[in-house]
Amino acid sequence: MGRTLFEKIWDKHVVESFDDDNDLIYIDRIFLHERTGSIALQSLHDRNIAVRNPKQVFATIDHIVDTIPGRDDETLMPSGKEFIKSLRSSAIRENINFFDLNTPEQGIGHVVSPEQGIALPGLTYICPDSHTCSLGALGTLAWGVGSSECEIALATNTLIKKKPKSIKVNVNGNVNDQVSAKDIVLYLISNYGANGADGSAVEFGGNVIDQMGIEARLTLCNMSVEFGAMTGIIQPDEKVFEYLRGKKYAPTLDQIQEAEKYWRKLKSDKDAEYSEIIDIDCDQVGTFVTWGTSPEHAIDLNEKIPTLNEIDDETKKDSAKKALEYMGLNEGETLMGKKIDAAFIGSCTNSRLSDLRIAASILKDKKVSNGVKAICVPGSSKVKKDAENEGLDEIFISAGFEWRESGCSMCFYAGGESFGLSERVISSTNRNFENRQGKSTRTHLASPATVAASAIKGTIAFPKDLKEDL
Amino acid sequence: MKPINAISGIAAPLLRNNVDTDAIIPSREIKKISKLGLADGLFAEWRYSSVQNRIPDQNFILNKDPFQKSVILLTGENFGCGSSREHAVWALQEWGIKAIIGKSFGSIFYNNCIRNGLLAITLEEKIISGLIKNVEENPSDNHIFIDLIKCSIQCCDKEIFFDIHEKDRSLLIEGLDEIEKVLIYKNNIDSFEADHKKIRPWL
Repeated sequence: MGRTLFEKIWDKHVVESFDDDNDLIYIDRIFLHERTGSIALQSLHDRNIAVRNPKQVFATIDHIVDTIPGRDDETLMPSGKEFIKSLRSSAIRENINFFDLNTPEQGIGHVVSPEQGIALPGLTYICPDSHTCSLGALGTLAWGVGSSECEIALATNTLIKKKPKSIKVNVNGNVNDQVSAKDIVLYLISNYGANGADGSAVEFGGNVIDQMGIEARLTLCNMSVEFGAMTGIIQPDEKVFEYLRGKKYAPTLDQIQEAEKYWRKLKSDKDAEYSEIIDIDCDQVGTFVTWGTSPEHAIDLNEKIPTLNEIDDETKKDSAKKALEYMGLNEGETLMGKKIDAAFIGSCTNSRLSDLRIAASILKDKKVSNGVKAICVPGSSKVKKDAENEGLDEIFISAGFEWRESGCSMCFYAGGESFGLSERVISSTNRNFENRQGKSTRTHLASPATVAASAIKGTIAFPKDLKEDL
Repeated sequence: MKPINAISGIAAPLLRNNVDTDAIIPSREIKKISKLGLADGLFAEWRYSSVQNRIPDQNFILNKDPFQKSVILLTGENFGCGSSREHAVWALQEWGIKAIIGKSFGSIFYNNCIRNGLLAITLEEKIISGLIKNVEENPSDNHIFIDLIKCSIQCCDKEIFFDIHEKDRSLLIEGLDEIEKVLIYKNNIDSFEADHKKIRPWL
């Protein structure tokens, strides 16, 4: 029987197999941030256990650091400074690779890792952060863990884990420039549920994926966890190899040929078995925006919010009812034209250069609607610099967006900055949970293009409408 | 981690789907680099009518009598989805929750539970609904008894059996530290690592 790409990478990392279906899996890379990495390193240190392979461990500051220009260790979030200082001192003590504030490598972990060549095809990679699955875009077997599992990996470079099932998601059809990876993944989650994958490894494939750029693939895999997956993964191709060449932590010149030879073999067998195969016809995917408080509460902007009668399952119906109340929306109404208070472009989902370019193409020579607070937070210091080199910052600023330093920023409210009470925010982030972005904040997840278009209109809007306005 | 054989007590129904870890412990309630001091922030946005002044919302299940003394949560699908923050588990435990019975769990949250000795049991929704019905008839007396040796749940003279992965069950029963467990294989890890890096020197 053939094996999936995921199974092949897994099998290559089995140190020991146990009778109870569990494997002891070797972990190649560990990435940390100040929010959850600080406690993992601290807790290990308290037990007098050292990091086994410091060179395989990386850390950055992204979660609770401010993104306001001129920032330092002081944070608007009370006690945020303690997390930053703790990670810094642990990183120095353990001699791990550390991207401190105000270094060119700093940024959101899942943005930094690909751009520095830390996540590579065929590697196993963990981070105490749920969006670690983003890195499957490079053919890395990457998944999020808790702090305790992270401690085990830091101490032993292994984890005991049962191999999950594999699901294949084929995305085929015509690609058009109106449909982004974000729209596709929201379509997937809205159709199959926020736990549709139920802990499986999801492999994305199909002609649409083949044609996608690396950054769009990162967006797609990023939201695998919102689909209930352990991870998302895409077969690495020439685009990935090209993307990685010359990156700081990628294989050096004398190793690259050998590495690429190995990477080219990383593909699922034709007769590989999946527990489920999902086929998505990209022609059916429109502009997707969430209306509720779970990523599965998403609709095509041409459609209406479902009525409660359309939902059979009682618990789901009850969740939808609560979500509508929270969001200040009515069943059966449209999202189009809904007035917004704020627009946010950022997060590990959609803050890379290509995201900023798309948003800028819509914002160029336009102004954000009166009364809309608009913020752009580039995903990394490198993204920020690259964007500034192209003049994107000027487009954002002259449109009326704030142009920030990199970090996770207002993707979530940690006690520092947040959106106002009950404000309606269109956001390129990944979670529309209750109170996630601020007290009673009403989050609508969407692509960067949709966020930019809505910021200009002052209401939830189609990106294509803005393009027609040009 | 303390070994667990059985858990019994008051069970609180929180039959919602997709209860995320942001709801279990909001990010702003994580104020220190510590696994302690989190119970106060558990379900903060639902539990308090004023989070700032810590005024309990009497409509929230865990504020109602007798559910303030709950040790078990009965919930829906995908409980603990979202952020990987292990603080969600630490907060639940510190508040007093020892077991959660749900239709399904977020996979990172589930792993975090097992590694901290919080029992997470997956059951079909109709069985959970049945348990909720039994509990609601008389919450103070209709306790749920979970036997991890037999893998059974007893409530109101009924006994239900559940499945749990043997490794998870033994971790909970033995209360073993997983680092020590893994380090039994240190020699195997060393030799694997040496070969692995020899074949793939770019690692």
